[in-house]
Amino acid sequence: MAAAEDALGDALLAALEAWPRVGVPDKPEAWLVAAARRKLVDAARHAKVAASAAPALEIVVEQAQRGVIDAVFPDERLKLLFVCAHPAIDEAARTPLMLQTVLGLDAATIASAFLVAPATMSQRLVRVKTKIRDAGIRFEIPEPSELPSRVDAVLEAIYAAFGSGWEDVAGADPRRRGLAEEAIWLGRLVARLLPDEPEALGLLALMLHCEARRPARRDSAGAYVPLGRQDVALWSQPMIEEAEATLDLASRAGKPGRFQLEAAIQSAHARRAATGRTDWESIALLYEGLLRCAPTIGAQVGYAAALAEVRGAQEGLAALDAIPPESVRTYQSYWALSAYLLKRLGRTAEAGQAYTRAIGLSEDKAVREFLADQSATC
Amino acid sequence: MKYTVLIYENATDFSARTDEKRKDAYWGAYRAYTKALTEAGVMVGGAGLQPPPLATTVRLKNGKRQVQDGPFAEAKEQLGGYYVIDVPDLDRALDWASRCPAASTGAVEVRPNLAM
Repeated sequence: MAAAEDALGDALLAALEAWPRVGVPDKPEAWLVAAARRKLVDAARHAKVAASAAPALEIVVEQAQRGVIDAVFPDERLKLLFVCAHPAIDEAARTPLMLQTVLGLDAATIASAFLVAPATMSQRLVRVKTKIRDAGIRFEIPEPSELPSRVDAVLEAIYAAFGSGWEDVAGADPRRRGLAEEAIWLGRLVARLLPDEPEALGLLALMLHCEARRPARRDSAGAYVPLGRQDVALWSQPMIEEAEATLDLASRAGKPGRFQLEAAIQSAHARRAATGRTDWESIALLYEGLLRCAPTIGAQVGYAAALAEVRGAQEGLAALDAIPPESVRTYQSYWALSAYLLKRLGRTAEAGQAYTRAIGLSEDKAVREFLADQSATC
Repeated sequence: MKYTVLIYENATDFSARTDEKRKDAYWGAYRAYTKALTEAGVMVGGAGLQPPPLATTVRLKNGKRQVQDGPFAEAKEQLGGYYVIDVPDLDRALDWASRCPAASTGAVEVRPNLAM
């Protein structure tokens, strides 16, 4: 117990201090094992633990953390997720904190996923854990009145992990998984712990749909394949089925929301595997609903794309033009869509410029090459 | 804040510059990147550098001038160019660095400039 306490982070130490007040969990060892994981890995890296012992230690701890805690300890895990999404915690720090404390990921991994300097990420995590301790943030389920917004914050944080490493989730590079697997794991956990929250199910369905198509995003030569041209045989049927079942379950609650709508959009795209065509009318309708509850730039661009398919490139361009230019100055998807629509309208000079802009904003070599090809055939 | 984005390329990257099959993609990507930086209003300056064999290194060793052919250090990746950008913080500078073509094949270093 003493050795494990040495390895506790500040936040979890605070939790231990609270246990005398709220009651000690049935299996405190499991909790300590989880908390100790990160510190043990760090310690191993500093060669305080014999190099040969470290991997074995890590496996034991990993199994304990993932298996035992979840089975024996669901409430504590949920409380931890809620703490990570507390309003007093800086939004940018919520996802990293969740990944570190719930999944035991190290600061360097988290930093890389979010394109932040590792030293900066470490500092942010230390600052936030200090704040949890100093501000006395309680390790508990929020009051019923706070529950909806806190659940939203937890889901947003998990979605941010899923989207780490790229902006347009639908066009992601299979080699740059970011933290997709970890996010889906968290999504499944939250869906299990909050069975009455349809948005939790919606988020899980959304992530599963996106992940199901990953194998089709690049061809065998590593070239980028746009969604409409993906080989549906490469999509993961089991994942799509799980996504559909999850979304179906969510819809029974009759409480649509941002993540359910996004999942429904991806579900419509997935239906191409069965019907051979994409139901753009339904997608456009779903985007209209999405824009009403979550008008993000991504949703606006997605809507413009759907509108273009239903009512023509001119309408799509008009929808793009309605977006304030300041907000899309560095948003790659906007320029890629703009170029595509301009090309379809025969406005080749403008299309060329938009393609150049999209290329300059792309992080992925395969995407750059694809856009360059599109531009060359203007 | 001003940051310098230092571009490190390996031999394959340098050879792409003049390779008939790869040069259009190479220069196209850098032209597009430069344009994006400019249109976003963050571009302060920069330059592409000729390849490492054209470098000459000058040092003073024990009071004697020493001139050697080639770059400062023997390394697989060598400086190929740089950009100076003006962005609010390091996070923003890193976003731009990740878009630099060299980030996919070589390495990109970001360092804050001294305030002078």
